[in-house]
Amino acid sequence: MSFEVPDDRKYMESHEWATNADDTAKVGITDFAQDELGDVVFVELPSEGDELTKDEEFGVVESIKAVSDLYSPVNGTVVAVNEALHDQPELVNDDPFGEGWMLEVELDDDSGLDELLSAGEYREQIE
Amino acid sequence: MTLRKPPLRDVHDERGATFTEFGGWDMPVEFDSIKLEHRAVRETVGIFDVSHMGEIEVTGPDAEALMQRLTSNDVTALDAGDSQYSMITDEDGHVIDDSVVYRLPDDDEADYLFVPNAGHDEQMHDRWTTYRDEWGLDATVNNATDEYAMYALQGPDAPDLLGEVAEDSLSDLSKFEAKYVSVAGVECWVARTGYTGEDGFELILPSTEATTVWEALDCQPCGLGSRDTLRMEMGFLLSGQDFDHEDDPRDPYEAGVGFTVKLDTEFVGRDALEQVKEEGVEDEFVGIKLVDRGVPRHGYDVTNTDNIVIGEVTSGTMSPTLNEPIALGYVPTEYADPGTVVRVMVRGQSKKAKVASTPFIDN
Repeated sequence: MSFEVPDDRKYMESHEWATNADDTAKVGITDFAQDELGDVVFVELPSEGDELTKDEEFGVVESIKAVSDLYSPVNGTVVAVNEALHDQPELVNDDPFGEGWMLEVELDDDSGLDELLSAGEYREQIE
Repeated sequence: MTLRKPPLRDVHDERGATFTEFGGWDMPVEFDSIKLEHRAVRETVGIFDVSHMGEIEVTGPDAEALMQRLTSNDVTALDAGDSQYSMITDEDGHVIDDSVVYRLPDDDEADYLFVPNAGHDEQMHDRWTTYRDEWGLDATVNNATDEYAMYALQGPDAPDLLGEVAEDSLSDLSKFEAKYVSVAGVECWVARTGYTGEDGFELILPSTEATTVWEALDCQPCGLGSRDTLRMEMGFLLSGQDFDHEDDPRDPYEAGVGFTVKLDTEFVGRDALEQVKEEGVEDEFVGIKLVDRGVPRHGYDVTNTDNIVIGEVTSGTMSPTLNEPIALGYVPTEYADPGTVVRVMVRGQSKKAKVASTPFIDN
C-alpha cells in the first residue's frame, strides 16, 4: 500500500507533519499514521496560546482500537486549533494533510523545523 | 509461543486484513474499517471468522449428567436442536468461562457440543475429563476445535443471504435453535445465535471446507474490532476482560447473567451461588456513558463524585452507532442505578459519566 507523503512539508519519525511557512506552521499527522490508527474517534488538542516544545507531547489522538500521543514537531505557540475535529475527528482519516490539520503554530526563532525529516526521508522510513 | 491460525488466515491476509493475537490465535481484527464493518452488521449483513472459538463434543450414556454438573444452566431443558447460554463456574461460583451449549440431534454421534472462548478449549477439555473420571461417569469428551471452522453471519439481511445458499429453509429456526443445513454443499451446524444484537447465524463446519462456505456467504468481512464494538453496545460480556477467572473473578449474579444459573440443578459452584443469591451481590455489572468528552477504556478507574475509586472500566469504546463514549464495568450496588453520576479517570483527567442501562442501543 502506498501512502501520500506531500513534498511541501516536513515530518517526524513519530508521524506528525509540519508545513514550512514563513513564521507559522500547520501541524497534523500523516496518511500512514491515520491508516495505522484506523477510525479516529477523538482528538485532544492544546488551547490557543499554549506553548509547544519540540518532541514533547501536545495532545492525544484516539481511534476505536488505540490511543496515541501526539508529539510537537516544532517549538512555538499555538495560534489556532482545528475546532472541527471536536465534532468530526474522522477528518483526520479522510484528509490528514488537509481538513484534518490539528494546530497552527507561531514558530519560535529556534523552531527546530530544519531538523525534521524531508518527505523523501520520511517516505523511506515508512516503506 | 506459536499462534494458532484459523483455516482462512492466509485468505484474510490477502484480502488486506490486519491481525491481532486473541486467546493464543492470530485473528483478523479489521478488514476495511471498524466503523464500516460495524455499520454493515447493524444495517445489512457482515461475516466474522470466529474459528478461534472452541468446540468440545460430549458423548455417551452420561453425557447429560456430565454437562449438567459442569454448567450452570439446565441442560435437561434442551431438546435436540436447542441451545442455551451457560456459565462454567468453580467451587466458589466464580465464572471460569461462558459458553453456548448445543444439544445435537439424537442420531448424531455426539450428544452435546459446547463452545468455549478462544484459548479455553484445552482447559475445558481437561476440566470435563478430570471431573468425568472423578465422578466415574461414562462419557467421551472430544476437543474438536482444530477440526472446525466457525463463522458468524450477522445483520438484518443475514437470513436472506444464508437462505440463498442453504439447501433447507431457515425460516423455522427460532432464536437459539440450531440444525444441520447444507450450505454451498457443505453440511454445517447452523444456529440462530450471535454476539452482536442483530439477527443472524453462527455456522460450525469442517475446517477442510472453510473456503467454500466463506466464499458462498459473500458479504462484508468483519474483524474482531467491530465484533467488540457491536457486543459492547449490547452490554455482552467478553471473557478475559469483563470477567477474568485469574485477575478479576466474578460470579454470574455480579456479571448480570444470573438468568443462566439454575439453582434447582446440581453443578460445581451451585452452593456458593445459592449463598450469593441469598445475601445479594456487592458489585453489579453496569453500563456507563461518558458525559464529558473522551474515550473510556479497559482498566480506567471509575470513581464517585468525591473522587474515591469505586470500580474499573472492564470494556469501553466510542460507540459507532451512537457516536458516544460507552463503557462496561463493575460498581457497588449503591451506584448501580441508571442515571447515577460517577466519574471515569481518562488518562489522569476525571470525566463526568452516568450509569446507563444496557443495551445501549434500541435493538
